[in-house]
Amino acid sequence: MQEIWQALVQAVNLIVSLDPEVIQISLRSLYISGCSILIAALFCIPLGGLIHFHDFSGKRVVINIIQTFYSLPTVVVGLMVFLFISRSGPLGGLELMFTPTAVVIGQVILIIPVLTGMTISALSGVDRAIRDTALSSGASNAQAMWAILFEARFAVVGALILGFGRAISEVGAALMLGGNIRGYTRILTTAISLETQRGDLVLALALGIILISIAMVVSITMNILLQRY
Amino acid sequence: MKTLLINPIRSVSISLIITCLLLGVILAGCAPAATQPAPADNTSSQITATPIIPGKARFKIATTTSLYDTGLWNYLEPMFEKKANVEMDIVYAGTGIALEYGRRGDVDAIVVHDPAAEAKFIDEGYGINKRSFAFNHFLIAGPVADPAGIKDLTPEQAFKKIYEAGIADPAKAKFISRGDNSGTHSKEKLIWKAAGLNYEDVQKSGPWYVEAGKGMGPCLLMASEEGAYILCDISTFLAFKGKVDLSPLVEKGDLFLNVYDVIEINPEKITTAKMLPTAKAFTNWLISDEVQDLIGNYGVAEYGRPLFTPLKGGGCTESGCPKVEDYTVPVE
Repeated sequence: MQEIWQALVQAVNLIVSLDPEVIQISLRSLYISGCSILIAALFCIPLGGLIHFHDFSGKRVVINIIQTFYSLPTVVVGLMVFLFISRSGPLGGLELMFTPTAVVIGQVILIIPVLTGMTISALSGVDRAIRDTALSSGASNAQAMWAILFEARFAVVGALILGFGRAISEVGAALMLGGNIRGYTRILTTAISLETQRGDLVLALALGIILISIAMVVSITMNILLQRY
Repeated sequence: MKTLLINPIRSVSISLIITCLLLGVILAGCAPAATQPAPADNTSSQITATPIIPGKARFKIATTTSLYDTGLWNYLEPMFEKKANVEMDIVYAGTGIALEYGRRGDVDAIVVHDPAAEAKFIDEGYGINKRSFAFNHFLIAGPVADPAGIKDLTPEQAFKKIYEAGIADPAKAKFISRGDNSGTHSKEKLIWKAAGLNYEDVQKSGPWYVEAGKGMGPCLLMASEEGAYILCDISTFLAFKGKVDLSPLVEKGDLFLNVYDVIEINPEKITTAKMLPTAKAFTNWLISDEVQDLIGNYGVAEYGRPLFTPLKGGGCTESGCPKVEDYTVPVE
């Protein structure tokens, strides 16, 4: 129990003293997961919309499949991407293994199902009357869609925060694809894993507290922005 | 309402296509930015001692966890980076996966400690120019009370005793195995064999035998929690002293010799391996007098004794020690 208190103190110390290595690792974490959520959002929100607005046979099945992949284990994503981008894999020529890009790819794949599925849920939660009202009051289809998306904004941002959370907290894919290389692919979660392995439990826990603080700042910022608009 | 259903589909499809195009742009924006210093990273990398300098060749090695966890690579890395003017990427992994990275061409050199697996790796044509650069010893640690009574036995006798005690009463004596095909795990199998036991029988013989499937550090913590016996390399054990409630019980035995080797990836077999000259320079650097001395002094200040013994000067005299030319003759 004493360790938890020590970890809290050390976390505060690391933040206050602006420890260069910790700052670099934290920024890299934020940057990589930020890239991942951005790419995933640009892909998943339209895809979720496409599935939601489109009535086709097997829609239920598609949604079920997407929701099944919520449970995609991070290590499996790491392993699958590894087999593709490893130098003897089909995309080996791109030399992506053990680079930050590899971690981004892993994280994007990891959050695609969550973000797509949650977008569909968000849109489904919007009252059908809104669309009808918008159209009957002379809005174009695009404007009607925008109205629906706007109506669903809280749930969509919730999905984004969830996706970001899954990206920044995952360790399996980052460890496998990035290799936790100091000064290059080391991010908060892989650093935590390493410090645990090295036996510096207090530092590991302190880094965990920093990760949670970052997640908190991100989520609060998103919600403040949301309140404004 | 039919038009309403169709048109959103079209607009969404168009936005999907645009997204895919954007994706390419963003990937191009994000990815190289991440490969080279990111704008956000720029300020911070200036503060650190090892800034990411774009354009430098990246030399990748996979190393066994025991060398990494003790901080030896953190200590040596900047020196070699400066000397060879490369960016060195060090990936730590158990010997099993480190060899796999080598076979797949994801690294340019590997540093491991599993003679049998290394010989196979070289026979298959993946590795060349193996050199040994350091050694130390394994030990068997366990609870201070030593319920199986193994203190100061030979490694084989100790394993046999733990086996018997574990089968008799798993609550009294347990053994934590790495269970991850690492060099330490291979060594453990070798000792079971020397003890006259079939490894598969040991694995199945009951709850006293715990396969953790984790790195050395987590396994030590686990052994400490469970009051179990464990096979560990001396360097990791020293690094965890004070953090675990285990005492070294068996420290002497021919089987305990632990030699660290560096192997270069053969570009004739793995055509994507382009860093052979750097890998050669790295090997020769590791066996150079200067670095051998550094290795011999590493950890003395912190642990009161060296964690690794350099091979230079022929300090390794036990059976199983590498041949003199394996650590004195530079690769060409």
